[in-house]
Amino acid sequence: MFNYTFQWKQAMARLPQMLDGAVVTMQVAILSMVLGILLAIILTMFRLSGIRILSAVAKTWVEIARNTPALFQIYMAHFGLGSFGLHLSPFLSILIGITFNNAGYLTENFRGALKAIPDTQTRAARSLGMGAAGAFRHVVLPQMLRISFLPMTNQMVWAILMTSLGVTVGMNTDLYGVTQDLNALTFRTFELFALAAVIFYAITKIVTLGARLIAARLFRY
Amino acid sequence: MFDTALTTADFVFLAKGAGMTIVVTIISVIAGTVLGIVFGVIRYQLGAIWAAPLIFVLDIFRSIPLLIQLVLANAFMGTILRLNMSGFTVACIVLSMYTAAYCAEIVRGGIEAVPATTRRAARSLGMSWGQDMREIVLPLATRVALPSWIGLALGVMKDSALVYVVQVTELLRSTQILITRLQEPLLLLMICGAFYFVISFPLARFGGYLEKRWSND
Repeated sequence: MFNYTFQWKQAMARLPQMLDGAVVTMQVAILSMVLGILLAIILTMFRLSGIRILSAVAKTWVEIARNTPALFQIYMAHFGLGSFGLHLSPFLSILIGITFNNAGYLTENFRGALKAIPDTQTRAARSLGMGAAGAFRHVVLPQMLRISFLPMTNQMVWAILMTSLGVTVGMNTDLYGVTQDLNALTFRTFELFALAAVIFYAITKIVTLGARLIAARLFRY
Repeated sequence: MFDTALTTADFVFLAKGAGMTIVVTIISVIAGTVLGIVFGVIRYQLGAIWAAPLIFVLDIFRSIPLLIQLVLANAFMGTILRLNMSGFTVACIVLSMYTAAYCAEIVRGGIEAVPATTRRAARSLGMSWGQDMREIVLPLATRVALPSWIGLALGVMKDSALVYVVQVTELLRSTQILITRLQEPLLLLMICGAFYFVISFPLARFGGYLEKRWSND
């Protein structure tokens, strides 16, 4: 049909290397997600604190993360910080870039989730003698995380897809980087990247299905 | 105190990159939206089971990194079909499909948000399916879908930064070329980031405003 001989065997022979790359991809994605959630919680507290400087920090962070390309943020982490004499390894650059992005988007998700939690709950908690921090931690936070579980899953998928941008700052151990290096060795561009695509697809499907199972288990009433 | 090697010619170079970003975005968003509406309506009409192949294909575009989609499309067009296609064309095709995949979901969500009773009332009054779609569903679904669609269009603009991989020199790529030459990463990245921000921020705000204004509560 095509005037082209597919060499799937060559690509399949490299599968173990690519799976190793997939592990690194997952490491970056999971780390950036955990750090992103923690930062987003802190930024949400900044927003709610009522202290003008802190909420301005949160607002600026969210707007920059949401209104510039993820690739730009990764460049910023790599070349931008580099011009301050802070030369980071590709792994750290991509981690910081994606974490920055995650934190921004998740803060916005948390903002939406907070709208669904009635103010009266905080007031009730405060009347019962809880401090502001205690009320946030014990009453608001668990509900907020539960409501934004689905958006968090989406963000996790994006984080996985974003790791492929690491190649632009010289990362060559993640799935995309490994594939690119193998491509330079063998020139089986289509076969190798098709295989990488299949792996990415499988990972994202496993993550979304896993999240759905966890949600069904955790959030039943 | 503050000096830079940035010349007017470099600014023109950056502006060309910015123009490329905007051109690619506009073409992809228009083509992707048209396709997305078609896919979304088909998806809605067929239901989850009969539309399964369509759902699967569209899901692929949302579960694979755009970078890989671009590389694969480029390799497919170039070495397998042996078409002499420019990187610009490949970029537009891939980004359009990418947009369409997300847009189809937005369109479906919009159609589903129209109450079934309203549509039945329209049909009972003697409207045809097409009339129902145009006169009833379109205006009501638009209210639900437009804010997300604005978000999608902005997302495509930001994601268009990846088309460098098929040799299209858009804004971020031209910034990087200048960084390599001038060795002033911070200033150049600031300019580039500011450009994206200036376009994206007001539109995102407008989308948020519409969402608030048009929501029922």
